Amino acid sequence: MAILIDGTKRVIVQGITGREGRARAKLMKDYGTDIVGGVTPGRGGQEVEGLPVFDTVEEAWENLGSIDVSVLFIPAPLVCGAALEAIDAGVKLLVIVPDRVPIYDVLEIAKAADSAGARFVGPNTLGVLSPGKGVLGMIGGRAVSARAWFFPGPVGVCSRSGGITSSMAYYLAQEGIGATTLVHVGGDAVVGLPLPQVVRLFQDDPDTKGIVMFGEIGTSQEEQVADLIEQGVVTKPLITYIGGKGAKSGTRFSHAGAIIEGGRGTREGKVARLQEVGAHVVDNFGDIPVVAKRVLQEVGAL
Amino acid sequence: MARLHEYRGKMLLAQKGIPTPRGRAAGTPDEARQIATGIGGPTVVKIQAWVTGRAGLGGIRFAETPDEAAQVAADMLGMRVGGFVVDRVMVEEKLAIEREFYAGVIVSDRERAPMVMFSSVGGTGIEDIAREHPDAVASAVVDIEHGLKDHQARNLVRHTGIHGKLQQNLSGLLVKLYGVARTWEARSAEINPLVLTTDGKLMAADCRVTVDDYAVFRHQDLGITFARELDRPPMELERIAYAVEEGDYRGTFYFIQMVDEFQKGEGVIGFHGAGGGGSMMSMDAVINEGFRIANFVDTSGNPPASKVYRAARIILSQGPIDGYFGSGSGVASQEQFHSARGLVKAFLEEPLSVPAVIRLGGNAEDRAVEILEQVNGHVPAPVEGYKKDDSPQFCAQRLKTLVENHTLLAEIPKGRRKPAAQRPYTFETVTGGTVTYDHAICATCESKVCVKECVSQILTLNEEGCPVLNITPEEAKKGRCIECLACDVTCYFEGAGGGYVELPIAGLDDER
Repeated sequence: MAILIDGTKRVIVQGITGREGRARAKLMKDYGTDIVGGVTPGRGGQEVEGLPVFDTVEEAWENLGSIDVSVLFIPAPLVCGAALEAIDAGVKLLVIVPDRVPIYDVLEIAKAADSAGARFVGPNTLGVLSPGKGVLGMIGGRAVSARAWFFPGPVGVCSRSGGITSSMAYYLAQEGIGATTLVHVGGDAVVGLPLPQVVRLFQDDPDTKGIVMFGEIGTSQEEQVADLIEQGVVTKPLITYIGGKGAKSGTRFSHAGAIIEGGRGTREGKVARLQEVGAHVVDNFGDIPVVAKRVLQEVGAL
Repeated sequence: MARLHEYRGKMLLAQKGIPTPRGRAAGTPDEARQIATGIGGPTVVKIQAWVTGRAGLGGIRFAETPDEAAQVAADMLGMRVGGFVVDRVMVEEKLAIEREFYAGVIVSDRERAPMVMFSSVGGTGIEDIAREHPDAVASAVVDIEHGLKDHQARNLVRHTGIHGKLQQNLSGLLVKLYGVARTWEARSAEINPLVLTTDGKLMAADCRVTVDDYAVFRHQDLGITFARELDRPPMELERIAYAVEEGDYRGTFYFIQMVDEFQKGEGVIGFHGAGGGGSMMSMDAVINEGFRIANFVDTSGNPPASKVYRAARIILSQGPIDGYFGSGSGVASQEQFHSARGLVKAFLEEPLSVPAVIRLGGNAEDRAVEILEQVNGHVPAPVEGYKKDDSPQFCAQRLKTLVENHTLLAEIPKGRRKPAAQRPYTFETVTGGTVTYDHAICATCESKVCVKECVSQILTLNEEGCPVLNITPEEAKKGRCIECLACDVTCYFEGAGGGYVELPIAGLDDER
């Protein structure tokens, strides 16, 4: 099992005729994702990497049959329209890769998704990857790298940073620990599937025996994860690192979500809260694999 | 800036019909006097700076007469508070205050929706109010599709124990405040205190509006030239760095300065991260070794070598740093030799005089480290490159060892500069750079490494065996030349040294 993506999901790429969309469609396909087509307004009838291109998502659906997932490679100012289009057409999972999507646009997408029973990952996400099953977005870069770096196993990996999603999974793999799924929730302040929701999905996935999470300053995602543990909703062991020791209040640290506002979202607050509920909080990022190994052995998952 | 000063915020409030005190901003004592004369009564003069507790800092004072207002303004202008040099004061009518409230709209990451907050007690920060007077605070989630409804606002105010006409007036104002936040896409818009005057009027006595950095492009009317959230105005180098980012859409370059002034030997490090989380985690690793960081930088999202070069130049321009630390997540999807070439070019030109440790893990890391370490022997300090299996802690410890054992040269030699070419062949690049090959030197080159290493493969050899474009100069300038710097850096070490790429940095090169 895995969460969000596996070999059975039928996927389209919105913005497939663009430079990124084209390249990433090929890489996702190379990794084994079932990409069935793409959409770019005004480019219907063309082909990209042997995949049919349609003018609208609805048209793609009519021609290709049901679509489970849409991955968006669209310039940030146009993301809102494209996301609403996919939701309207009936797509239930969106992966919104672009950076710099205005926050009120994200709120609009969130509202539409909630009303339609749809979900979205991102914006500003590298995507989701289930080792050996499929990838949405661009985790791992080339398919050969992704195959060499990640393999299936018992941990769910989630992070607010894209690079860290790959590196955590890689360092875990070096320690002999594979993953069910890697999820980069996105670096923005408001994201479709924040850490607490991803952690719940991992809790419900029978193959995931432990969860490794990279958090950082800003927002209340890590605190919400702590709440879930306290409430007994999440019972699987959580190994986590919170970045941003050197951060100062009122200043954003490259991710739009990484800003301490009015004393909320500090690293100290998050670490204390997670420790309080019994999460394994490591002080050095490099300690994650060793601690994960020990914890997984304790629960008999390794 | 994405955070607006009080006087700018009040203009937005006024545009949506929220009453604000009579008055405006002044940049000189004379202007303050004129404004006070126009008001015709006692005034309040307030520094325009993003600091809390302005009154305690002497940043809010009252004046009985226009002359006194001018005097107070004269005292305040030029004041230094929290990284600010005050260049504007707000001169407003003094309000006769009956009662104070708080009103705010924020974007809640938890609710994934705007939230309106109101408190029947105002003045201090909303967190303090909520702690001390929990019954006085009420909040409501706004449906982004329908906006804040009047009845929702009335109920919100009602929950704080306010009824009748005042409830109606306050709720009307909340609806307008939501309009401000929605129209200008504010991450937060707060009026604190919201004042009820003795003659029964509501007035926004102070406000704080922060516009979403990513939406600034839709609000040209705000005249925001630096869309970055900071707790102070941008410094000179930050403006220079921002211009680099604005002028080059490829990849991300994010630069903020963390310390104001520092000396050699204080353990302050030039920091060069890659990726938001990778940068933050690497920053933590350096701090764990007892260093302070001069700056926070993130170059990521597959930036060209030229952008990394400009970032490194700006980092090195900060003054007396004791070391240079580069590190990202460790397993980068991008090909890392681009970053390596950018760093090497900057190190050669500056030249680097303090130890550098660079963690270049990710795709093509072997070649990246090889390129990076070629610089050793060409700059008066050691440079070490590491890969994905080297932890950030280990790399930070290496830097510590190198810094402890490094003796700074009494006199730093001059760095590499653009050589005068005898027979120049030139073309321009997409960010205003100029590529020059001195064919007098190229003719003697045996390796022709520029042609081989050119990432976009736009070079060919002419009949004389010298590199020339195999596309038009216009195509090169439009971006086909991606500024990979192979024909500069790799030519320097593996060729005859005939290639040089000049990459101007507006505002920085003038000083060199």
